[in-house]
Amino acid sequence: MWSLKKSPWVFHVNLGACNNCDIEIVDLLTPKFDVERLGIKLVGSPRHADALLVTGVGTKQAVIRLREVYRQTPKPCVVFLIGACACGTGIFHPGYHVAGPIDKIIRQEDPDAIIAYVPGCPPKPEAMISGVVKALSVLQ
Amino acid sequence: MGATVERKGKDTEMIEALQNLFWILIFPGFVFTVVVGLLATWVVRKVSALVQWRVGPPFYQPFVDVMKLAGKEVLIPEEAQRTLFIMAPVVGFAGILLLATMLWRIAIAPTQMFVGDVIVAIYLTVLPSLALILGSSASASPHASVGTSREMKLVMGYELPLVLAFIVVIVKTGGDLNLAAIAANTPILSISGALAFVVALLCIQAKLGFVPFDIAESETELASGVLIEYSGVLLAVWKLTQAMMLVALPLFLVMLFLGGFGPNVWAGLGKYVAILVLLILIKNTNPRLRIDQAMKFFWFYCGVALIVAVVLATIGNYYAIGWL
Repeated sequence: MWSLKKSPWVFHVNLGACNNCDIEIVDLLTPKFDVERLGIKLVGSPRHADALLVTGVGTKQAVIRLREVYRQTPKPCVVFLIGACACGTGIFHPGYHVAGPIDKIIRQEDPDAIIAYVPGCPPKPEAMISGVVKALSVLQ
Repeated sequence: MGATVERKGKDTEMIEALQNLFWILIFPGFVFTVVVGLLATWVVRKVSALVQWRVGPPFYQPFVDVMKLAGKEVLIPEEAQRTLFIMAPVVGFAGILLLATMLWRIAIAPTQMFVGDVIVAIYLTVLPSLALILGSSASASPHASVGTSREMKLVMGYELPLVLAFIVVIVKTGGDLNLAAIAANTPILSISGALAFVVALLCIQAKLGFVPFDIAESETELASGVLIEYSGVLLAVWKLTQAMMLVALPLFLVMLFLGGFGPNVWAGLGKYVAILVLLILIKNTNPRLRIDQAMKFFWFYCGVALIVAVVLATIGNYYAIGWL
């Protein structure tokens, strides 16, 4: 899907993050980094999105909503897990509110989901851009 | 003798039908307007980027956006009215396609005009907004219904000043209801015409859904209000409709106020680009209005300005004073 690589519209989903990664995502979308060159646009509805930027550890309440949001994103779509918490629960591993790493939940929902990991606490915007570009270049 | 005359009639009819199909579908209808519209969308994004000191997307970006949307799956919510949900973007698209074809035909080759085509054009400009209202009300989502109510209020707000501005133009050009004849004058070079032009420009800004009037599709407040449940090919049709509105509506303003697209294509293009640049600058220097602020703006400020303009235009027309 060549046109998907050239115009990935992103939707930001916060599943119980400390907002650090969310602030870095919002920084990414400011004019300083200018991701509109790559065709990336922030959209307000998951039905318009091609990429979900997921942050946070995945609390029990939030993963119910994550399943809904993932179903509402039209396929083909890519899920970017931003930050150490999203990649594998990070430091919140023994927490009572954690409902499992997010990639496990998404694979329950859709076994052949496309998931990309951008680790960091929080990952710098440059790391996020490089992650997005790498993921899009291996997509076919 | 009678048989050969009949056959010739049928042949010219078929040639005329094919010619009309070509005009509507290829040039200057669907293909041409879509290409120009997506290029105009790119110009808007690129100039906005330059105003914000960044680089902005490459020129093929809007084309790629529409291609990508056409390839995604279409998700229709369970409680939505399927028929209306699917028909609304098609109706809006058909309306703006007809308007664009009509305006280009009159601009380029004003041979097949008819009296009262201004009224048809004004009527057709309402169709995309109406389709947006219908489509979002068929979406069965609380965000979409708030978007619907805001879009309805906005349409009630700007339609009256827009029609009044057009009436000023019709009064100034001596009551001619012929778009080709109106396009020969330049009402902007008079006080009432300039007032009407400014108001019409702001009404066009609202119709296109640009800031400060993008109340219905406000991303941050309403999660894309009116279009929240649309995806895939239907969203691609909405984007194409918006792109074509970006061609047809400024062209309509050029023909009414600035003296038409004219025999000189470069001058016409320059006028169109000038209006586009004005729209972009207003878009980039203003915050979004609340719906009650927008309605007050259109009814009280624009309405009063237009009443003054209509009075001046009527006096100017009666006493044959050109600059009033």
